[in-house]
Amino acid sequence: MIQVDRLTKSYGPVTAVHDVSFNVEKGQIVGFLGPNGAGKSTTMKILACFMAASGGSARVAGFDVFSQSLEVRRRIGYLPENSPLYADLPVAAYLDFVAEAKGVSRGARRSKVADVMDRCFITDMQHRLIGKLSKGYRQRVGLAQALLGDPEVLILDEPTIGLDPRQIAEIRALIKSLGGQHTVILSTHILPEVSMVCDGIIIINRGRVVAKGTQAELVEQVFPAARVEVEVAGPGEAIASSLKTLPGVTSVDAIGVEAAGARDGASRFVVESPRGRDVRGELVRLVAGRGWELLELHQVGLSLEEVFIRVVAGEEHAPQILETVVEEAQ
Amino acid sequence: MRGWLPVFKKEMRLYFGSPVAYAVATFFLFIAAFFFAPSFIQYADVSMRSAMQPQMGQSLNATENILRPLTYNMAVVLLFFIPMLTMRLFAEEKRSGTMELLLTYPLRDGEVLAGKFLAALALYAGILALTLSYPITVAWFTRIEWGAVLTGYLGLLLVGAAFLSIGLFVSSTTENQIVAGFGTFGGLLTLWLLGWFADSAQGALRTVIQQAAIIEHMESFAKGVLDTKDLVYYLSVTAFALFLTLRSLESKRWRG
Ligand SMILES: Nc1ncnc2c1ncn2[C@@H]1O[C@H](COP(=O)(O)OP(=O)(O)OP(=O)(O)O)[C@@H](O)[C@H]1O
Ligand SMILES: [Mg+2]
Repeated sequence: MIQVDRLTKSYGPVTAVHDVSFNVEKGQIVGFLGPNGAGKSTTMKILACFMAASGGSARVAGFDVFSQSLEVRRRIGYLPENSPLYADLPVAAYLDFVAEAKGVSRGARRSKVADVMDRCFITDMQHRLIGKLSKGYRQRVGLAQALLGDPEVLILDEPTIGLDPRQIAEIRALIKSLGGQHTVILSTHILPEVSMVCDGIIIINRGRVVAKGTQAELVEQVFPAARVEVEVAGPGEAIASSLKTLPGVTSVDAIGVEAAGARDGASRFVVESPRGRDVRGELVRLVAGRGWELLELHQVGLSLEEVFIRVVAGEEHAPQILETVVEEAQ
Repeated sequence: MRGWLPVFKKEMRLYFGSPVAYAVATFFLFIAAFFFAPSFIQYADVSMRSAMQPQMGQSLNATENILRPLTYNMAVVLLFFIPMLTMRLFAEEKRSGTMELLLTYPLRDGEVLAGKFLAALALYAGILALTLSYPITVAWFTRIEWGAVLTGYLGLLLVGAAFLSIGLFVSSTTENQIVAGFGTFGGLLTLWLLGWFADSAQGALRTVIQQAAIIEHMESFAKGVLDTKDLVYYLSVTAFALFLTLRSLESKRWRG
């Protein structure tokens, strides 16, 4: 549904997006992640036909965003960063304008506008001036205008920013419900949101794609080892060396007792094994067989945060990136 | 091709949703009254005296003495007035970021431009229509040549359209309303002052400058004469400025 091929965008000397390629399948919800200034908004502006790329191409719903921009714009709903709106218009009048601009027929307009106001929880604010709304409400009006016209593809730049916790949950549920029928690409800095809502993830850093796939795939790519954390009461040294002898175990690291808050006379370890090789059963038998006490055992789940930080930090130190940065600076 | 309509309606709502429309209308009517009242009172005075001394009343003509200067003066007032109507149209959308949404709706750039231009033109025409109250006032007391008056108004509408399109162009080149306003005013003033320089120039240059000067072309309209040359002049200035605006919108898409 969205095909981005070697997209590049420069603002004068600044290259904001560099050779970015990815695909989003129909009905998927994809999270677009990256640190500040990574080029997320820039990419989304190009996908929404607001500006032309400097190089490469992008197709949305089968149409080229530059040469068939009108066809693309008929099929997208776009929420720009900071949801810019007309402060001097009342909410309902504004949404009526958007519906008309998107070609919603006169007869259907009123009910369509009422419907999106309902879905974005702004019905009770419909007669207020947008400029007098709180930030969260303005964000919701921005989302409502994106949903108008029932577009096939939604491009949402930080859709939940500024919302209160209950609204975040409701808007997430709304976005999740769009999946299947609609194709959604959304950027956010709230990583748990991505785990909850998105089918796929694209991480970009300094204008380049550094990782893409499902969350499980990313975890596998970035952390090839599975980890188990154990707390065992007994002689630390002996435990560590015997854990190392377990088949499948690739490394055993003791974690500082104080830091980990282990009980007196107990030690904590992180045991690594290749992903897919579960060593927990053997580990329990080993500890019990030696007469030590197993106090705690759990898999260390790898969160998206860890993946993100590893990927983005790893990038920063990668020599070839440094090289290109130096090249660009010259 | 109906995409101009939502933009038109939105601009109208914005004009009337803020004090802009009211302030600008009041300003224009007030200034026009300023030009109208003295000549009207003077005319009434003169005609009263001439009624007492019939041998003096030959050259007295309300259209010529009151309404023609009024038409011409209003055209000059437009130099100040039009920038106020157009400065917001693109500059404000760019500053607030709403342009980003507007340009991603399924509207052609030409439709966006047409909606904005027609909204400004409609507001201007409405305000102009209010000033018809002055000729109507005169007509209440004496006979006037409506044909000549309406030709003058057609001229005002055309010169206004040309000014508006220049204002739109300037507004499309900046994010700052104040810059757009002063830029338009400066541009219009230059085009007006060209007429003054024409007097000091010679030969072909003089003709060129005279033709380019924007208010010179108002003279025949103010006299009640419809000259194709002037009509074509205003229409082509309007078309050219709108064309430039369209180009400026397109370049915005290129450069981001
Ligand atoms: N209009 C512009 N002119 C010049 N440089 C720009 C412009 N817009 C963005 N940039 C630069 O392009 C790069 C990418 O910006 P972009 O807004 O796409 O980042 P982002 O990933 O959306 O960041 P954030 O998480 O802060 O929203 C940044 O280095 C930014 O400074
Ligand atoms: Mg951004």
